[in-house]
Amino acid sequence: MTDSTIKDKIGQFPRKLEDESIYIMREVAAQFERPALLFSGGKDSITLVRLAQKAFFPGKIPFPLVHIDTGHNFPETIEFRDWLAKETGAELIVRYVQDSINQGKAKEETGKYASRNVLQTVTLLDTIEEFKFDACIGGARRDEEKARAKERIFSVRDDFGQWDAKRQRPELFDMLNGRIAVGENVRVFPISNWTELDVWNYIKEEKMEIPSIYFSHQRQVIERDGMLWADSEYLNKEADEIPFEATVRFRTVGDMTCTAAVESDAVEIDIIIEEILSAEISERGARIDDKRSEAAMEKRKQQGYF
Amino acid sequence: MDILRIATAGSVDDGKSTLIGRLLYETNSITKDKIEALESASKRKGLDFLDLSLLTDGLIAEREQGITIDVAHIYFSTPTRKYIIADTPGHVEYTRNMVTGASNAKVSLILVDARQGVVEQTARHLSIAALLRIPKVIVCVNKMDLVQYDKAKFEAIKDSLSSLVAQTTFEGQEISFLPISSLFGQNITQAADKMPWYQGNTLLGELEAFEFAESLAHAPARFPVQWVIRPKTEEYHDYRGYAGKISSGTFQVGDVIKALPTGQESTIASIEKFGEQLERAVAGDSIVITLTTDVDISRGNSLVLASDTQAPQLKDFTAHICWLDHQALSPGKTYLLQHGVNLTKAKISQITERLDVVAQTSSQDVDSLKLNEIGGIQLRTAQPIMADVYAENPSNGAFILIDEFSNSTVGVGFIK
Ligand SMILES: Nc1nc2c(ncn2[C@@H]2O[C@H](COP(=O)(O)OP(=O)(O)OP(=O)(O)O)[C@@H](O)[C@H]2O)c(=O)[nH]1
Ligand SMILES: [Mg+2]
Repeated sequence: MTDSTIKDKIGQFPRKLEDESIYIMREVAAQFERPALLFSGGKDSITLVRLAQKAFFPGKIPFPLVHIDTGHNFPETIEFRDWLAKETGAELIVRYVQDSINQGKAKEETGKYASRNVLQTVTLLDTIEEFKFDACIGGARRDEEKARAKERIFSVRDDFGQWDAKRQRPELFDMLNGRIAVGENVRVFPISNWTELDVWNYIKEEKMEIPSIYFSHQRQVIERDGMLWADSEYLNKEADEIPFEATVRFRTVGDMTCTAAVESDAVEIDIIIEEILSAEISERGARIDDKRSEAAMEKRKQQGYF
Repeated sequence: MDILRIATAGSVDDGKSTLIGRLLYETNSITKDKIEALESASKRKGLDFLDLSLLTDGLIAEREQGITIDVAHIYFSTPTRKYIIADTPGHVEYTRNMVTGASNAKVSLILVDARQGVVEQTARHLSIAALLRIPKVIVCVNKMDLVQYDKAKFEAIKDSLSSLVAQTTFEGQEISFLPISSLFGQNITQAADKMPWYQGNTLLGELEAFEFAESLAHAPARFPVQWVIRPKTEEYHDYRGYAGKISSGTFQVGDVIKALPTGQESTIASIEKFGEQLERAVAGDSIVITLTTDVDISRGNSLVLASDTQAPQLKDFTAHICWLDHQALSPGKTYLLQHGVNLTKAKISQITERLDVVAQTSSQDVDSLKLNEIGGIQLRTAQPIMADVYAENPSNGAFILIDEFSNSTVGVGFIK
């Protein structure tokens, strides 16, 4: 794309999307007894928190923020999470993958691609059971990945948290049917119809705070499979993978072990937006967890993953 | 920036998913890593070309069988607008997923295979587009490459559809016809060099040119209350705000309103959005309304203008229905009826008709409606609902039926 077509595409945030998402937030609060907002610390869940604030203002967010802490998060994300909970006055619940491992419910992966991304599901399902959550709000978007493109806004999961793609409820107009049997729960995706660009334009227009790792910074990285991986004590490095310093930022924020960095000088949001528009790689292209197989996402969702 | 929602339709294998893949491909909306993934997936299937349908057929079962099973939502934008496309399945068994995808669409792209011409699904989907009152239908005659881009073939299909279209269409619906090849990118975003006889718009041109008035702002004012905000903090001690999304019309500060079903009147003190004070708000806006007096209003109630003496309160009414469940609809049974955010019990007193989508005739002697059938019903609700006739005010005229035991959404109704 040429520079001028990129500029053309930036556009504005379509405000109707916000209205729809706020409507969904209110439906969750009204239709369920114990909803929760799953907070990952990434830009999508930060957007969700803002939408929840708007939906219930001047009241407080009527459900807790729940973070499943893998222990491999970027420290900047954790810091931001705690700040945001304080700022919004929302209740924050944190549960740890390490605890699931200690209890023998989950087993640490080995090898150079080891990550705790899959293990999260165990802790998530336990947390849902502990608090009897009947609805969990998540920041997944349909434009992220082809299996996600198939997801409803209210996505019913069985006792084991599993997604049955072939038996989804029809979802007509804006009417959301959240009725479930005991033991079932619903995953709710209020920003289903937003694209990556919409999220960034929204963050910009709303002047929202985001974790510093989204902006350009100096970091020790290694190169692996043509991508830059953040060096950390959790990354299993091979002998020839020698860390070096690079100027990078993150386009999506997951665990340190499964999110690749991109080289970037972008220190402000306008430049980030331009970078996204001219990028040849999609957002999920930087998620190492998706590369495991063509159907990685669908398979994880069947198991109860977000 | 406005949003245009589109849904595909047409029979199985007519090329809907390929068309959407092509549209994205030609508008540079697919990133390099996704194209590479498509290339390797196509190779694995033994194809020597890029199978663009794999872009939207995201489920394992879909890729195995080479068909679409459930709706995929796809996004792209041009400098003009943001597009949300629902790529729906063509197989009759999955009609309910097709209806799901089509329910929010402003444009329906109905594909027809140039070799086969009009088939049963063409008729069914035209009927559904009419039932949903989708304002624009583009009939895409696809696979023109397989009929040597023959103008006569295209014209013949157009002619054979005209009587069907005349029967299904409603006033204000725009219908256009387009010869295309999704596989070879003819007439998708660029003029078809293989069809010099065709002088009209490309598909993208047709979409970009489509003007849809959000006329709902002029419809009667309807505000269903979703949630009552009571902060009970010192600062907002007596605050009571009614949160919801305006389904049609306009509300302004100072308007005298009444709450239905009680009929109690009050005046709008403020219209708010996250602390911002608005003078007025229109259809589609998610807002909070406060009133000058304390009125007993809860979720499921609706605010309308007090001057609106016609605001309907339905308890006994008829509707068109599209049945979406494997278990057939039988009269006498009680369901939960969800109209907007309001839930009440409803009993089906009678099935009044069943539509034959091909002949466009209806039979009156009906005792059940099966999965994917369209018909008419008479029903009675436990509580009155504040609903309009669908054709007059679509955003306040549809409802869903929910099975009390399975909790599934089993039908979608359109008030007559
Ligand atoms: N020759 C030719 N083949 C096409 C064209 N468009 C699609 N096809 C082929 O038709 C077959 C079916 O295409 P799909 O896009 O999967 O069809 P569909 O309408 O999405 O099918 P369902 O979603 O299952 O209803 C594939 O093999 C395509 O490659 C075209 O314009 N010309
Ligand atoms: Mg398809």
